Amino acid sequence: MTARLFDRAWLLSDSPQSRTQAAWGRRYRLWRDFRANRPALIGFVTVMALLLCAIFAPLLATHDPVAQNLGQRLQPPSAAHWLGTDELGRDVYSRLLYGARITLGMVLAVVALVAPVGLAIGCIAGYYRGIADVVLMRVTDVFLAFPRLILALAFVAAIKPGMTSAVIAIALTTWPPYARLARAETLTIRDADYIAAVRMAGASPGRIILRHIMPLCLGSLIVRVTLDMSSIIIFAASLGFLGMGAQAPSPEWGTMIATARRFLLDQWWVPLIPGIAILVASLAFNMMGDGLRDALDPKQG
Amino acid sequence: MTRHPTVQMLIRLGTTVSSLAITMFGLVLVTFFIGRVIPIDPVLTILGDHARPELVERLRMELGLDKPLPVQFWIYLKNLLQGDLGRSVMTTNRVVDDIRLYFPATVELGTVAMIFATVAGIPLGVLSAVRRNSALDQAVRVFSLVGHSIPIPVLGLGSLLVFYAWLGWAPGTGRVGVGYVGLTPSVTGFLTVDALIAGDTEVFWDAAAHLMLPAGVLAYFSMAYISRMTRAFMIDALAGEYVITARAKGLSPARVIWRHAFGNIAVRLVTVLALTYAGLLEGAVVTEMIFSWPGIGQYLTVSLLNADMNAVIGATLLVGFVYMLLNLFADAAYRILDPRV
Repeated sequence: MTARLFDRAWLLSDSPQSRTQAAWGRRYRLWRDFRANRPALIGFVTVMALLLCAIFAPLLATHDPVAQNLGQRLQPPSAAHWLGTDELGRDVYSRLLYGARITLGMVLAVVALVAPVGLAIGCIAGYYRGIADVVLMRVTDVFLAFPRLILALAFVAAIKPGMTSAVIAIALTTWPPYARLARAETLTIRDADYIAAVRMAGASPGRIILRHIMPLCLGSLIVRVTLDMSSIIIFAASLGFLGMGAQAPSPEWGTMIATARRFLLDQWWVPLIPGIAILVASLAFNMMGDGLRDALDPKQG
Repeated sequence: MTRHPTVQMLIRLGTTVSSLAITMFGLVLVTFFIGRVIPIDPVLTILGDHARPELVERLRMELGLDKPLPVQFWIYLKNLLQGDLGRSVMTTNRVVDDIRLYFPATVELGTVAMIFATVAGIPLGVLSAVRRNSALDQAVRVFSLVGHSIPIPVLGLGSLLVFYAWLGWAPGTGRVGVGYVGLTPSVTGFLTVDALIAGDTEVFWDAAAHLMLPAGVLAYFSMAYISRMTRAFMIDALAGEYVITARAKGLSPARVIWRHAFGNIAVRLVTVLALTYAGLLEGAVVTEMIFSWPGIGQYLTVSLLNADMNAVIGATLLVGFVYMLLNLFADAAYRILDPRV
């Protein structure tokens, strides 16, 4: 089986012999389209590199990310400290690596909270129509009408500034577009003949939604999630910068900018290096997302 | 069933107003309860930790905090409808007066940013659509991709470093140089306008210079979005048959592009611009913190850090309300201006 995955003729066969072959053939074509897109590939590789950095942070770090050394504060990049040191003499390079864990962790947590909820709400509203649709979409509209950052700020301040509340706040303001998207997709699917066929075969609404509608909404949802990841990164960093995200000794990138801000004029690299890390991460996700959208969904150009 | 156009219009208006009211009610409800579950006791914020218990009790009653939450909400709602947002603990002013003081600074910043973004973004978008896949198009694409991905703190701090510290082209943070603070009587609240009314050109130029950097930073984000949307709309419009007809008639390329193609996307662009302006309000929060801009974003953030909940709720409501109105305007503009909808 594994050997076959490297057999191009098997993958690209016009008349696949099995479901598995068809599925893998489709995935291979997708990957081929995606790979041909230079920026998308760069984005993908960068995201993978970031993930590896986050996973292997303890191995790659040269110093303890929280160890202070006041004799060595605000050093420029050198052989001992590749990206210099911050205001408490902590190694910026090592902090960035651990910060990648926090940033990517927050992004994953938000997506894990938001995507299923948005998908479920959208599919239910779209499938049942009527009163469920009206109520659910009204709630969605209310949340869409909020200025996101401000709602999140108020929410975090009310609970307690910190990473968990930042994740919840971001999730709270991120789900409505997913619900809208899933609903729109569901509306186009629900009246299709094969759904009618499944229904006549006796499938319950729950089964139809879970097994026959949701899987078809996944494609556009994944694209949207990937494109959203960069805005989640920026969102988390902005909360951190305003003092409402991860709290101070934590090497969260936005928090690092905030604490090092006052050294901008003399030791500019201290606040700007974490900023560049945020920029790279968010660019990478955007480039990957654009590529995915082109490959999965050519009509949306 | 066809109804009289006026009736249709009225129905549409009624739906819009009622949905606005529902959303606004939701906004008040959510912000109020967020404001009340805050773990910091507002009474202790005012009196300090060592106040006598009977004093704490009395203030609690004066602020109405001893009543059940729904009653508190009802009182808040009643006051709100009379334009009373309560008092700020931090500034000891009425929140309404504070907002009147801070909000114009944000509007001034946002409007200048919007002008920058529109003036630069639309021509860039049109040009890159006309010369698709040219070097210019690629450059605009990269430019707007970066604009889409760069966090405001990075752009703000970076531009301060380059244009203020290194090049010395821009003045530092704040709305106006320290020596000019409070010299101009406030008429509109927009410092540049007030300075012109007072005939004080020195203050005007200083205030204008202070505006450039923060407005530029804010504008970059909106410009990225505006140019991308303009490009997409234009590519669509340029492929239309009426454009081909106009070309075949021998009209000049400039006339075809600006009058025929652009004329047809202008309505959709109004929507984009209104949405962008709403987005600017949010971007302003972070930008104001970086540039010490005394606007509503700074007021909100400082109130948050001090658990000054009346101020927080008031500022959140205001921004939410303006944001909603702009969204509504975007929607309405599309419906009214586009004869097909």
